Amino acid sequence: MTARRLLTRGNIGLALLVVVLLAMPNLASAFFVNFVLTQTMMLGVAAATIVFLARYGGMVSLAQFLLVGVAGFMFGNAAVEGGARGLNLGMNPWLAVVFAIVITTAVAFVLGALASRTTGLYFLMLTLVYAVIGFFVFAQIVELSGPGGITSIQRPDLMGPPVRLYYAGLVLSVLVYLGFKALGRATFGLTLQGVRDDPIRMASLGYNVPMHRTLAFTLAGFVAGLSGVLHVWWNGQIDPASIAIGPSLILLIMAVIGGISYFEGAWLGAFVYVLAFTYLRDLPLIDQIGITEARFNTVIGAVVLLIMVLSPEGLAGIAARVWRRVNKPASAAPTAPAGGPSSAA
Amino acid sequence: MTATLQRASAGPTTRRRRAELRRLPAWAVAAAAVAAAVWVAFLADGTPAGAAVTDPGNFVVTLLDAVTFAGLLFVAASGFTLIFGLMRTVNMAHGSLFLLAAYVAIRVQEAMVGRSRNIDASDVGLLDWVVPMLVGATVAAVLGLVIQQVFLQWNEGQELRQALITLAITVVLADQMLREFGGLAGRMVWPGAVTHFFTIMGERYALTRVFMLGVAVLVGVLLWLWLNKTSLGMVIRAGVDDRQMVRGLGINIKRVFAVTFFVGSFLAGLGGVLGASFAGVAPGTDGDWLLNALVVVIIGGLGSIKGAVAGSLLYGTVVAFAPAYLPSQYSFYAIIVTFALLAMVLAVRPYGLFGRPA
Repeated sequence: MTARRLLTRGNIGLALLVVVLLAMPNLASAFFVNFVLTQTMMLGVAAATIVFLARYGGMVSLAQFLLVGVAGFMFGNAAVEGGARGLNLGMNPWLAVVFAIVITTAVAFVLGALASRTTGLYFLMLTLVYAVIGFFVFAQIVELSGPGGITSIQRPDLMGPPVRLYYAGLVLSVLVYLGFKALGRATFGLTLQGVRDDPIRMASLGYNVPMHRTLAFTLAGFVAGLSGVLHVWWNGQIDPASIAIGPSLILLIMAVIGGISYFEGAWLGAFVYVLAFTYLRDLPLIDQIGITEARFNTVIGAVVLLIMVLSPEGLAGIAARVWRRVNKPASAAPTAPAGGPSSAA
Repeated sequence: MTATLQRASAGPTTRRRRAELRRLPAWAVAAAAVAAAVWVAFLADGTPAGAAVTDPGNFVVTLLDAVTFAGLLFVAASGFTLIFGLMRTVNMAHGSLFLLAAYVAIRVQEAMVGRSRNIDASDVGLLDWVVPMLVGATVAAVLGLVIQQVFLQWNEGQELRQALITLAITVVLADQMLREFGGLAGRMVWPGAVTHFFTIMGERYALTRVFMLGVAVLVGVLLWLWLNKTSLGMVIRAGVDDRQMVRGLGINIKRVFAVTFFVGSFLAGLGGVLGASFAGVAPGTDGDWLLNALVVVIIGGLGSIKGAVAGSLLYGTVVAFAPAYLPSQYSFYAIIVTFALLAMVLAVRPYGLFGRPA
C-alpha cells in the first residue's frame, strides 16, 4: 500500500518535471535552454551510466567519458567528408550514428571483458588507465583524429534547430532513466546486483560472473555512446583534450555530487555542475575573493570534498534523508499499521 | 558399471581440457613475448632503431633507456604501492604530490643558484641539486601527512570514499598549483658533475640518466633495508599481511599509518624531483604520473614492492622499445603496445604479477 502510494507519488513528480521541462523553451531564455539544460541532459545520461554501473554492479567507472568521446570521434570520422583530419568516410549522418554506436559498444565490450575479473578499487584504477590511454590513442593516431581533433561536424538536418537537440536530450534522458530503473527489477538487473553483493555465491549458483559484468559495461557503453552522439552534434567538433583525464574526472564528480547510488542524482549533479560552471563567475562577490574562471576547479573540488566528508550519498542522498526526517513525524502514525501487513504479505 | 566408467573417464578429460583452456592466456602471452623478442633481435629492419643483430648500438641505448626510465617509474610508484599495501588507500593525490615537490624543488634550486632562468649545469653543484630534492620531497611528505591526518584517518576501510576524497584534493591542488606556479613548464637542472656524455658501443649516452638510475637503486635499497631490517619495517610488512593481527598485538597502528603515509608521499616527492630533472614538469604532469604509477602497480600488483620493481621494468621496457622498434610509419601506435601489455598481464593475472585479491 505505502509502496504503491510512494511509487505513484514519485511517478507524478517525474511526469510533472517532464511537463515543465517540455515547456522550458517557452519559459526560459534560449541560452538557458540550449546551453545549460541541453548540456545537463547530455551529461546527465553519461553520468547515469556511472550510477548504473556503481549501483547495480558495484563498479565505479572512470571510462564512461572516454566512451562518450569514442562515439563522438567515430561519428565525426564517419560523417565528415573532406575534412582536414580523420577517415572522412562521408556517410549518411544516420548511418554514421549507427556506425558510431556499434563501434562504441564493441569497444565497451572489449574493455569490459578485460576488466570483468577486477572489482572495487582495481576497477576504478583500471578504468582511469583506460581513460588516459584512450586520450593518447586519439591524440597520437592521426588517421583517427590527431591532437587537433575533428572540426565542423554537421548534425543531421532533422536536428537543425538547437531546441530540437534539447528535446532529443530530454527524450533520451527519460528513456534512460526509466530503462535503468526497470532494468533493476528485471532478471539481468537482479542477477547483476547479486553479483555485486556476493560474486562467489552467484558463481556457485551457475551464473557467469565475468560475463554479467562485461554485459553491464557494454550496456553502459551503448548508452554513453548515445550521449556522445548528442554531445558531438551539440558541440560540432571534438578533440582529444575534451576526453582527457580532467573531463573524465568531472563526469565522476557530477555523479558524486548528485549521489552515486541515485539515478536522479546523475542529472541533479550534471545540472548543479553546469549551473555552477555557467553562473558562478557572474556572482557579484565572487571576484572579490579571487574565485574567477581559473579558480573554478578549486570550488568544484572543495564542494566534492565537502560532500564526500559529510555524506558519501551526495545531494540526492541528503535530500532523501531530509525527506525522510520531514515526513517521519507526520506519516509515521497512519502508515505504520497499514504498511505492516502489506509488507508482510 | 559402464556408466560409472564412462563418467570416471570423462571427468579427468574435461578437467584436463578446462585446465588447458585456463592456461591458454598464459601460452598466448608467452608466444607474444617470444615473437616480440624475435622481432627486436632479427626482423626489425624498417624501424627507427633497426634489428638488434645488425645494429647492436641502438639496442643497447634502448635497453639503457628502458632501465633508467624504469628507475624513475619505480621511485614514483613505490610510494603509491606502499601506502596501498598497508592502508588499502588508493592515493589519487599521488601525482599532485609528485608535481608539488617538483615545483618546490625548482624554486629552491633557483634561490640557491641565484638565478631564475637559463641556469647552466656547470653552475649547479651537487648540493644545489640534493638540497632542493630533499626540501621538495619533505614538503610533499608533510602535505601527504596532513591529508592523511585530516581526511583519511577517520574513514579507514571506506576505500571508495577515500579514493574520491583524494581525487577531490587532486582537483583543488592542481588548480592551486596552477595559480601559484603558473602554466609554463619548469625544469630542474642536473648537477654539473654528472652532466656529461659517455660512449657505449659507439653511441653517446647521457650520464644523467644513469645517475637517475643510481638514485632510484639507492632509494630501492634503502626502502628494502627499512622494510626488512628495522622493527618498524617489519611491523609494516606484518600490517600488509594482516592488519587486525598487528592491532591485536598492541601496536599503535595509527602511528604506523602516519609514518607510512609520510614515507610514501616522500617517495612521490623524490620521484617528482627526478622527473623534473629528467623531463621537466608542467600542469598536467600530475595526471601523467598518476597514470604511470597506476600502470606500474596494476602490472606489478598493488601493495607489493617486488611488484613495483617488476612493473617498472616491464612498463619501462615497453615505453622505450615500442617507439624504437615499431615500423617508422607506425611509431604513433606505441601507446597501443602499453595497452596490450596491460591487457596481457590482466588476462593472466587479474590482480597483477605479485598482487593478491584485497
